[in-house]
Amino acid sequence: MKVNKRSIAALGAITAVSALTLVGCAGGGSNSGDDKASGGEITVWVDADRAAVLKDAAKEFTDDTGVKVKLVQKEFGEIRDQFVQQVPTGKGPDVAVGAHDWLGTLVTNGVVAPVELGDTKGDFEQVAIDAWSYDGKVYGVPYAIENIALVRNTDLVAEAPTSYDDMIAKGKAAGTEYAFLVGLDPEAADPYHLYPFQTSFGAPVFGTDAEGGYDPADLQIGNAGGQDFAKWLAAQGAKGTGVLNTNINGDLARENFVAGKAPFFLTGPWNVPAAEEAGLTLAVDPIPSAGGKPAQPFAGVQGFFLSSESENSLAATEFLVNYVGSEEVQTALYEVGGRTPALTAAYEAAVAKDPITAGFGAVGADAVPMPSIPEMGAVWEFWGVTETAVINGTGGDPVALWDKMTADIEAAIK
Amino acid sequence: MTTPTIDESREVEPPPSKKSRRAARIADAASVGWKLMVFKVIALGIIDALAIYAALVLIQSEQWVPAVVVLAITAVANWVYLSRGNLPAKYLIPGLVFLFVFQIFVAGYTAYIAFTNYGTGHNSTKESAINALMLSAQERVPDSPAYEVTILEQFGEYSFLVTDPDGEIELGGVDRPLEPVDGAEVEDGKAVGLRGYTALKFAQIVQNQKAIADMAVPLSDDPNDGSLRTPDGSVAYVYLSSLEYDEAADTMTDTETGTVYSDIGTGAFTAPDGTELMPGWQITVGFDNFVRAFTEESIRAPFFSVLIWTFVFAFLSVATCFALGLFLAIVFNDPRMKSKKYYRVIMILPYAFPGFLSALVWAGMMNQEFGFINVVLFGGADIPWLTNEWLAKISILLVNLWLGFPYMFLICTGALQAIPDDVQEAARVDGASAWQIFRRIKLPLLFVAVAPLLIASFAYNFNNFSLIYMLTGGGPRDVTADVNVGATDILITMVYKVAFVGSKADYGLASAFSIIIFVLVATISVIAFRRTKALEELN
Repeated sequence: MKVNKRSIAALGAITAVSALTLVGCAGGGSNSGDDKASGGEITVWVDADRAAVLKDAAKEFTDDTGVKVKLVQKEFGEIRDQFVQQVPTGKGPDVAVGAHDWLGTLVTNGVVAPVELGDTKGDFEQVAIDAWSYDGKVYGVPYAIENIALVRNTDLVAEAPTSYDDMIAKGKAAGTEYAFLVGLDPEAADPYHLYPFQTSFGAPVFGTDAEGGYDPADLQIGNAGGQDFAKWLAAQGAKGTGVLNTNINGDLARENFVAGKAPFFLTGPWNVPAAEEAGLTLAVDPIPSAGGKPAQPFAGVQGFFLSSESENSLAATEFLVNYVGSEEVQTALYEVGGRTPALTAAYEAAVAKDPITAGFGAVGADAVPMPSIPEMGAVWEFWGVTETAVINGTGGDPVALWDKMTADIEAAIK
Repeated sequence: MTTPTIDESREVEPPPSKKSRRAARIADAASVGWKLMVFKVIALGIIDALAIYAALVLIQSEQWVPAVVVLAITAVANWVYLSRGNLPAKYLIPGLVFLFVFQIFVAGYTAYIAFTNYGTGHNSTKESAINALMLSAQERVPDSPAYEVTILEQFGEYSFLVTDPDGEIELGGVDRPLEPVDGAEVEDGKAVGLRGYTALKFAQIVQNQKAIADMAVPLSDDPNDGSLRTPDGSVAYVYLSSLEYDEAADTMTDTETGTVYSDIGTGAFTAPDGTELMPGWQITVGFDNFVRAFTEESIRAPFFSVLIWTFVFAFLSVATCFALGLFLAIVFNDPRMKSKKYYRVIMILPYAFPGFLSALVWAGMMNQEFGFINVVLFGGADIPWLTNEWLAKISILLVNLWLGFPYMFLICTGALQAIPDDVQEAARVDGASAWQIFRRIKLPLLFVAVAPLLIASFAYNFNNFSLIYMLTGGGPRDVTADVNVGATDILITMVYKVAFVGSKADYGLASAFSIIIFVLVATISVIAFRRTKALEELN
C-alpha cells in the first residue's frame, strides 16, 4: 500500500468515525450486561395470540421476583424448527410455546428439558399431562386441549345421536342435502377426523407401554378391528352409502354446514365461530360410535416447554409452574384461544360458563393424545392415501389395502 | 476516473523523481472532490466499526474462524478503497462480498452438511447431547414427597436447608449427604435460616441458578436412595438418574438394566445390540449420504420414473410457456392490434399473483365434484383432474403454463421489439413470406436473446417445488406401491419426502441430494449454453 499523507489523514478520520460508532454499539451492550446482574432475564417465544396474555403474567413475575421476561413473538408453526436449530447455538429462548406432538422431535434432538410440576401435576387434566409426557417424564406446562367433537345444528335435529347409524338415520330424516359432514382430502382423506370411528372398532395406532406412553413396537392399526374399520370405510364410501366423500374438503364441509345443508358436522372448536356468526344454534355432542367401542378422537395439547440449554432454568421453571400454570393465566389463555383449558380449575370454570366448551371438553376427557413419537411420521405417510383408496373403492379389497398399509408402516418404522 | 490520468503522467515521466511524485500527489489530492473523501471516510468508518464490533462479539462467543474472516475482509476493503489504483477492485468488492456471503458460503455449507449426519437426533455437539441426556435421565422417585428448601451460602459454597415432610430440619450439600441440624430459624413450619450461613433471596438464587440447578444433594450415604434437586429454588424433590456418564471411558450406563452405551463413532451412544440413545450429535460421515441416495430402497425404486418425469415436466413447461408466450408476443406486436396496453396488463396478471397461492386456487378449481372446471366449464362432468395419474400430470403442466406464459410473453415482446424493422423490410423486399420472415429471421434473432433465459427457466422448473407441492403434493399415489412417491413427484419433492418424514428431518441426505440435483442441472445448462454460443456465431 502506497502510504501518503492523504491516506494517513483518511485512516485517522476512519478511526475516529469507527470509535464513535463503536461507542454507540458498546453503549447498548453494556446496558444489557447491567440487566443480567440485577436479577437476570428469561426469554420466551410466544405466538401473537398468546403474547398479550403472557405480557400480564410476565409483568407480575417481574414485580414478584425481579427477573425480567423478554417476550419474542414468533409464528406458531415456525417455533418448532427454529427452536431445534437455535437452542444448540446458544441463541434459543429459555421457554417456548408449542404443541405436544412436537415432543418427539424436540426430545430426540435433546433441546427440551423435563419440567418438574411437582405436586401441581394433579391439578391438570390427565389427558394434558399424558400428552406432554415422553418416556415417562413431563416436558411442558400444558395450557389448552384441542379435539374434535360432533357439532349438531339443533334446528335440524333436536336430540344427540346414540350411534353412527342413529346419526345417519336422524340426518336423513332431517331432509337436508347431506346427513353428516366431515372434511376430507381428495388425496389423503383425513385420518385425524376419521380416527374416532377407527378407535370405535378397537384399532388405535399404537399400543401403550408400561409407563402409559405409545410403544412404536406395538403397532395396533392393522389388528382385526382395523380390518373391520376398513370394511366399514368402504361401505360408507363412493361404492357404498356415499356418506364419506373425499371431494368434500374442510372448507366445503364448513360452507355446507354453515349454509344449513347438514345437521351434523364432525369438527373442532375452530369452525364453531363461523357457524355461530351465521346464526345457527349449536350443540356439541359426543362422537357416535360406529364399531361399538367408545369413539376416541385425538387430543392435541398446547403448552410451554423449557430449553435444555437454558442458563436460567430455575427462574424459567418458576415462571412456567407458578405463573403460566396459574388459574388466572390459564383462564386468560382460554379466553383468547377458545380451546379447553388444561388446568382442571380453569377447565371447570370454563365448562360451567359455556356449553360449547363443555361439549368439546367432555369429548376431550375421553380423547387420546396424538402420538408424539417420531415413528408417527411413517404412519401419516401411508394412512391417509390408503383411507382415500378404501373410501373411493379404487384399490380393490379394503382389507387387503389395509393390510398392505400396515405392512408398509411396519417396514418404514424399521 | 482520476487515477488513469495520474498513471499516464507517470508514464510520461519515466524516471520518477521526488518532485514528480510530489506533483502527482498534489494532482491526486486536488482531483478528488472533498465531498467524496468525506463520504468515503464516514462509510468506511461505519463499516470498520461494525466489523470490529461483530468480531468482538464473535470472539466473545469463541467463534474464531468467522471473526478472522470478518476482519480479513474488512482489512482488504480498507486497503482497496484507501490505496490509489485498484480501480476494478473498487467496483467489484461489494459484489464479491455479497457473492461470497450469499452464494459461495451457502453452497459450501450445503456441501459440508452433505458429508455430516446433521438431522433430527444429530443436531448439536456431543457436549449438548450429554447434557440433554443427563437432564432427561433425572427421574423423580415415584410417590416421593416434596421437600421445602432454603438455599444457604457459606464461603461461596451452597447448601440446601431442608424441611422434610415430617417437619425435621436437615442440611446438606454436594457430596455432603443430608444431616439433621439444630437451631434453624423457622417460619410457618419452614426452616429459613441458619447461623453462620446466609440465606439466598430469589434474586440471588436467580443470579446463581446454573450452579444451584446443577446441585444434587445426596439423601444419605447410599447413592441408590437418590438425591435432592430443586427445579425452582424453593422446593426440592428426590431424583434418581437412570443414566450414568463415565467421562474417562466415554460411556453411558443404564443404572436399571446395566446396559453400557459407548461412543462407537456413529454419532450416538450405542449399546452392544445396536440400540442408540437419542439425542446423538453431529459428526462427519464421509460419502454415506451419497451412497444412501443411490442405494436406499425408498429412493432407488422410483428414482428413474421420477427422473424421467422431472425432465419431461421441466422441458414441456418451458416449451409450452415459450410457445404461448411467443405466439401472444407476436400477435400483440402487430401494428394492426388495437389497445395493446390493456391486453398486455391482463396478460401479465397471472405473473403478478404469488405462485403458491395460484396453485392452491387451482387445486380448488380442479376438485372432481365441486371444482369450477368440472361444474361450470364441463357442465357437471366427473373428470378426476388431480386424482388420475395422467390427468394430474396434464393438470400440472396446464397450471404451470398459466403461471409461466406471462414471463415468456414479456421477454419475447422485448426481444421482438429489439429486432430492427429494416431487416424484416429487406426480407419482404426480397419476396419472403410472413412465415419465412418469422422462421428464418425473427426466430434465430430471438433465440440469441432468449436462449439463456430458456435455459434458466428449465433449471427453475427442474426444481419447481412449490407448484407440485401445493397443487398435488406429488400425488396421486399408487397405494399398492411400497414407497411414498406419487405420479407427479419431481426429484426435489421426492427428496423432500424422503429426507423429511413427518417430524424427522435428515438435512445431511437432503444436502447430498441438492448437490446431485445441482450437478445434473449444471451439466445440462453447460451443454445448452455451449449450443447457444454456436447459435450466436451463426448470426
